[in-house]
Amino acid sequence: MSTLTDSTTSTSALAPRHISVSVRRSRLRGALVRHGALTLFGLFMLYPLIWMLVSAFKPSHLVLTDPGIIPTELTLENFRNGWVVGGFPFWVFFGNSLVVAISAIVGNLFSCSLAAFALARLDFRARNIYFAIVLVSVMLPMHAVIIPQYIVFSNLGLVNTFVPLILPKFLATDAFFVFLMVQFIRGIPRTLDEAACIDGAGPFRTFWFVILPLMRPALITTTIFTFIWTWNDFFGQLIYLTDSSVFTVPVALNALVDSQSNQGTGTLLAMSLLSLLPILLFFAFAQKYLIQGIATTGLK
Amino acid sequence: MTIAKSAPPVQITAPDPPPTPVDTGKGRGRRRQTAAAHAFLAPWLIGLIVITALPMLASLALSFTDYNILSTPRFIGTANFERMLDDPRFWTSAKVTGIYVLVSVPLQLGFALALALILDKGLKGLAIYRSAYYLPSLLGGSVAVAVLWKQIFGYDGLVNQGLETIGIQGSNWLQNPDTALGTLIVLNAWTFGSPMVIFLAGLRQIPEELYEAARVDGAGWSRQFANITIPLLTPIIFFNLILQTIGAFQAFTQAHVVSGGTGGPVDSTLFYTLYIYQQAFVNFDMGYASALAWVLLLVIGLITALHFTLSKYWVFYGD
Repeated sequence: MSTLTDSTTSTSALAPRHISVSVRRSRLRGALVRHGALTLFGLFMLYPLIWMLVSAFKPSHLVLTDPGIIPTELTLENFRNGWVVGGFPFWVFFGNSLVVAISAIVGNLFSCSLAAFALARLDFRARNIYFAIVLVSVMLPMHAVIIPQYIVFSNLGLVNTFVPLILPKFLATDAFFVFLMVQFIRGIPRTLDEAACIDGAGPFRTFWFVILPLMRPALITTTIFTFIWTWNDFFGQLIYLTDSSVFTVPVALNALVDSQSNQGTGTLLAMSLLSLLPILLFFAFAQKYLIQGIATTGLK
Repeated sequence: MTIAKSAPPVQITAPDPPPTPVDTGKGRGRRRQTAAAHAFLAPWLIGLIVITALPMLASLALSFTDYNILSTPRFIGTANFERMLDDPRFWTSAKVTGIYVLVSVPLQLGFALALALILDKGLKGLAIYRSAYYLPSLLGGSVAVAVLWKQIFGYDGLVNQGLETIGIQGSNWLQNPDTALGTLIVLNAWTFGSPMVIFLAGLRQIPEELYEAARVDGAGWSRQFANITIPLLTPIIFFNLILQTIGAFQAFTQAHVVSGGTGGPVDSTLFYTLYIYQQAFVNFDMGYASALAWVLLLVIGLITALHFTLSKYWVFYGD
């Protein structure tokens, strides 16, 4: 609703005074139609999510009979029914997912920023080749490497630990973030490095005291997307985590679906909603940084 | 390593000119910087060798063997690749993935571009719409949304309930081999928000003066669109096309969850990656799975190369 009133004021503010009333009125009508259509389309897009939100709190016998989104009865029964998977309560899976996600964030921030600084700022012969390798590995499907990786980790006894999921992040294998940070560092004026150099700073001090603080937006973008990608990742976690004590949220949710025979739709939707909560919070909380990240990396 | 649907927008800028060495004692300065650079790059280099390059070679080697993880690998020449030719499920999975890529990517990018164009022209409340349309992209790859999709398209699900209110008898979308893949294509189209945000960023880079000049010359909306907007947007279209095509080839989660890991009904959602997964981690036929994975790698490589070759004819760079 507020967007509708916004549009009316803006259209009239934009319209120069000599434009006739009828023209102004038709423009206003155009804006209203457009906002109406966009809002309807947005609701249509988000309806499945709203339905999930409401159904999670509906008594199970109403979930599949009442498509409306205004609940008549509210209950937490669905969450109670789905709380335990494979003998473990859901908060264990949240804990596991959190450990994996936070480790991945630390790993990516550490390894990608180091690599990006060298590729963006230091002068050495293999630089262009290395950067080309980064670009190519962005496009590399993980399936080409996952089988030997699995065999090695399995022989090392690391299946059902988080090591196979975390270790690669400390080795900058998420080449996308290296690329993103290189692009960002290139936008930082080189005169700052030169000033640091004149003051006697070597590459490490220049990186730590000059570049890294200025990279904040890129680091925040990396943090947000590493969190979301790791939280959503399924393939890797499905392969490496087979014991329910180390299940992450997606794997636990998948196990819940497989044992569906005695679970209702309401239960599945309740646990799905719960599993998305961290991302939804991140989305709400990090809006500003998302836009900032987009503005600084996309609008160079 | 895979690019998620929600990739943050990044723009490829022209290659950087080689940096002027800060230390002007050229030879020594460069040598010092080379040493420092390799120290900075050490984690990445180790990862490149240990996590990426060696496994890739190992996977290539395995593709010529019969290996079930318990025994030692046995060299069998090109038998795995010959087996593919006679394997109906290989062809089915290639077809399913092919249809998925060919239909869902243009659909998704079409929505993204259309909405970006509508939102671009000085619309108030842009940020709200952008966020609302972007949200599905953030969630779309998750198991949770796949579970949600399974409920929505179930026989008693939201879609059929909606159809019933307007008097249409719904079908069992996910049990019907003719419609199951369609629901996953819809799911991918639903996540158009991420390329849309990238399109919006691209649209904002087009200088307003160009449109003003065109208006002065009497060009109408359609000619401005065809001769300014689209040509200047082609690099962004290309970027999105590459990103989403590669992503669609690797789609896995949705098909796995919706079909309970089987790729059913009647293999109609047997994505190529799901078939690799079944061979490698259900049947533990690591040799054949490696061969399948290498075929995927080659196909993605070829299609990406083709995209870059064709881009010379339609992507507009330069001023």
